[in-house]
Amino acid sequence: MNAVWQVIRRDVTLAMRSRQEVANPLIFFVLCASLFPLGVSPDADFLRPAAGGILWVSALLATLLSLDSLFRADLEDGALEQLVLTRHPFFVLVLGKVAAHWLLTGLPLILLSPLLGVMLFLPQDVIAVLMLTLLLGTPVLSLVGSVGAALTAGLRGAGVLLSLLVIPLYVPVLIFGTGAVEAAMQGMPYNGQLALMGGILLVSLVTAPFAAAAAVRISLSA
Amino acid sequence: MWTRFKRWFHQWGSPKGFYERSQRWGFWLGLAALILIPAGLVWGLLFAPQDYQQGHSFRIIYFHVPAAMLAQSAYVFMAVAGLVVLVWRMKVAEMMLKSAAPIGATFCFLALFTGAVWGKPTWGTWWVWDARLTSMLILLFLYMGVIALYGAIRDRQIAGRAASVLVLVGVINIPIIKYSVEWWNTLHQPATFKLTEKPAMPVEMWAPLALCALGIYACFAYCLLLRTRNEILEREKRTLWVRKLLTKEVESGV
Repeated sequence: MNAVWQVIRRDVTLAMRSRQEVANPLIFFVLCASLFPLGVSPDADFLRPAAGGILWVSALLATLLSLDSLFRADLEDGALEQLVLTRHPFFVLVLGKVAAHWLLTGLPLILLSPLLGVMLFLPQDVIAVLMLTLLLGTPVLSLVGSVGAALTAGLRGAGVLLSLLVIPLYVPVLIFGTGAVEAAMQGMPYNGQLALMGGILLVSLVTAPFAAAAAVRISLSA
Repeated sequence: MWTRFKRWFHQWGSPKGFYERSQRWGFWLGLAALILIPAGLVWGLLFAPQDYQQGHSFRIIYFHVPAAMLAQSAYVFMAVAGLVVLVWRMKVAEMMLKSAAPIGATFCFLALFTGAVWGKPTWGTWWVWDARLTSMLILLFLYMGVIALYGAIRDRQIAGRAASVLVLVGVINIPIIKYSVEWWNTLHQPATFKLTEKPAMPVEMWAPLALCALGIYACFAYCLLLRTRNEILEREKRTLWVRKLLTKEVESGV
């Protein structure tokens, strides 16, 4: 447990040394969400029902952009190899890295979402539901994404490939996340969708670290 | 019995053994596909009775359902191969996984395409975003991801293992496709064939469908063997037995 904590602290400290890189996905999130009023229609009648989907898709894309750096730098300077060689089980350390990634991208995205929700005319109680879905959903984005990031860590120009591998796996959590927001908007119960999202989170929590650890080992052997 | 099985398994598991054994199998499977598919299609398209609601347009089922079944089975096959690659590091499993991906992707695309063609006269639209169609589309994306990953990694062995991990993660989509018509209210009709129940259509209608399905599976196995044999030759080209084989072919004046 202590080792996980050390990994998280190390990754967060490293990220804080280059704050611009932490801020970039968040700026992208805001930019991406503001393209829809400009590109489709600034009308509240369009934006209010679409806001949940817009924010979810933007959050998904912003996470995707930040994933590439999850293992790359550590792979290049050899730190990842040292982590594999420690006496701790490697999947636990991967879980620590994923947790750090979520703290640096997922959590700020959740905190930013009410601001954008207001700008997209989302009612206040629905904004709370949106934040709740993001709270359950963004860890899944980090967890599932870590598998793709680990597979492509050693490849040059892997950005597009990473999206290609990971986006199909993001679809279920996107569907239930926006589904819950939509149900809340129509005043219907949304705890079913939330329960399913919790289920997805648990399944990815117990499987993704193993897959990502195996993938890191494969990338290291290249 | 067990030792015989083990010997059989090891013989198929070595690239050379696979290459030698697959020739005869390939011939019979190809022949089976060549007989079963035309027989099933001619029976289904010309002689099977019309559907009382859909008329002649239901006949596309004789291609659509086998293609969709195969697209899912091919992915499950790849997942099993991927597990074998990761656990036992078997070279042949790696090559089979690589060879199966484009075939599965092709049939997945064909299933989606014929589904769209069928949807137009019966549902009045080419496409709806319902659970079955969406999950099949995701399956196509998963296939493309596997193919892209193979294309991106230069080292073949590492590419095989990376693709195995990806395939195993994506296998979660298969039960979603299978049960999507039961879990959600969709336009798509429920499964045509079930192992435990009799099909809901008369025998003159489902018998040709069964022929087509068997034929397409034989066709898949045939293509798979063919592609894997090529892959073996390509990857083992520095070994003595491949060099001998190729020089013999050249000398016999092909």
